[in-house]
Amino acid sequence: MSTITGHSELDAEPSGDKASTGRRGDRIFGGLATGSGIFVVVLVIAVGGFLLSQAVPALLKNDANFLFDRVWEVNDSGMRFGIPDLLYVTVVSSLMAMIIAVPIAVLVALFLTQYAPKRLASPAAYLVDLLAAVPSIVYGIWGFYVFRPYTTGFQDWLAEHFGWTVLLEGPVSLGTVFLASIVLAIMILPIITAISREVFAQTPSTHKEGALALGATRWEMIRTAVIPFGTPGVISASMLGLGRALGETVAVMIIVGTNPGIFRFSLFAGGETFASKIANNSAEFGSSSKVGAFIAAGLMLFILTFLVNAAARVIIERRKAFSE
Amino acid sequence: MAQRIDVKDLNVYYSAFKAVEGVSMSVDPRTVTAFIGPSGCGKSTFLRTLNRMHEVIPGGRVEGSVQLNGRDLYGKDVDPVAVRRTVGMVFQRPNPFPTMSIFDNVAAGMRLNGEKNKKVLQERVEKSLRGANLWNEVKDRLAKPGAGLSGGQQQRLCIARAIAVQPQVLLMDEPCSALDPISTMAIEDLINELKTEFTIVIVTHNMQQAARVSDRTAFFNLAATGKPGKLIEINDTDKIFSNPAEKATEDYISGRFG
Repeated sequence: MSTITGHSELDAEPSGDKASTGRRGDRIFGGLATGSGIFVVVLVIAVGGFLLSQAVPALLKNDANFLFDRVWEVNDSGMRFGIPDLLYVTVVSSLMAMIIAVPIAVLVALFLTQYAPKRLASPAAYLVDLLAAVPSIVYGIWGFYVFRPYTTGFQDWLAEHFGWTVLLEGPVSLGTVFLASIVLAIMILPIITAISREVFAQTPSTHKEGALALGATRWEMIRTAVIPFGTPGVISASMLGLGRALGETVAVMIIVGTNPGIFRFSLFAGGETFASKIANNSAEFGSSSKVGAFIAAGLMLFILTFLVNAAARVIIERRKAFSE
Repeated sequence: MAQRIDVKDLNVYYSAFKAVEGVSMSVDPRTVTAFIGPSGCGKSTFLRTLNRMHEVIPGGRVEGSVQLNGRDLYGKDVDPVAVRRTVGMVFQRPNPFPTMSIFDNVAAGMRLNGEKNKKVLQERVEKSLRGANLWNEVKDRLAKPGAGLSGGQQQRLCIARAIAVQPQVLLMDEPCSALDPISTMAIEDLINELKTEFTIVIVTHNMQQAARVSDRTAFFNLAATGKPGKLIEINDTDKIFSNPAEKATEDYISGRFG
């Protein structure tokens, strides 16, 4: 700032942004921040470019329709590969995981922020966060060897009574998409809970009091003030969770991917996701054209995740006028 | 519709802290009563006890009695939710629900009461918005978010929301302190109209405002920081501002302290 009589750097600044002074600290910090921003953009472009450059040659050699043919024969002699089965299992297992995880996460977050007494809330929140610290291989092993026996009865029962729907048709395989979805749900629970908790906790007390003063009960207050305020946050939390579920590799591979069997649309079949397919076949990455086929699958996963995030953005933007 | 309030020997506590001590007063139906006094004197806290909103703050509790038309607000079988539906409240900062449209904001309280009939809702929303002198400004954009209105319009929207549930008493906690003079005038005019239907209690830091809008004025004060606030004097507004009984009141309104 200039003094009354003196001269300052600010006065000397010829033009542009008057908030930055051109002093050393400002230049270094501004440079670091800008550089990091550019770095991330370059990184994403580089990853996309790499995937494209590896996938395109393999796709050109592909004798099958990549998007619609349900085959995966990758040999040095010839390549026929398509992704519909992978896409189906990836999307269905992740969506199922979302359907299970999001309501539970929202309820846990509401409990932690609106119901739990303070001294209980922070240790409980910490415990939920700990779920995120469990390595995914542990989830896979636990899911297959410990948890699976408890679910077989329920899965058989569902297949018996609701088998007429394609989704729940028997017979029940050993490792099923159904089981993988439950384990995925547990894995994405902490991130969805943590972010939902944060946004619910930020609900302005004036909104909550506004609802209470109209004679809202606690649940009605939550419905009129807390949930609408937190919805955009819950949506982005869910999309982050969905992104994680789509890309989850090891746990899914252990549960469904070791012996996929013949493809069925049922949740009670095994199967392979993009990620578990790639991991399962990493031993075959001998020739670059073979790798290309798997990288093409990876590219699809990249695009799928990108679309999910873009959709989340659109939803949040659309609600913006109502969330000031 | 409007009802009288009788308060007797009321103490208000936040956990162990005694915030307000020994308040007794009566408020007649269809009058405006203003609470004035320095910051921290407990006037807002006391106002909140009139619809049990102090219980929202952890540790908030009262001793003594508050009666609405002879019925004890703190009786064993009285539900605080029911009290707040009878005694509405408008806050210092306009707080329309940001995710709701103008229409839904006004309808929110009625919907909480279980009103689903579209026609009834439409009629009551229009009546409430007219009652809050806001109808002409918003009638063409009822589906737009309430947060898009100016501060003064938002505050009138909150008043419309409060009167839409047809309360018997309307509490206002410094309703104009976040508003510019023109919006303040609009709210003051509105208070004058509303008192034909409601019993109104208003907390204000603006003594001219108290003098302009109220029939009766109560002066609160506290002996020192950390001590409980007390009701010093309540009387007709023109008496308080021309010839108060207590020296402390005279000092305060003549600007000698506070």
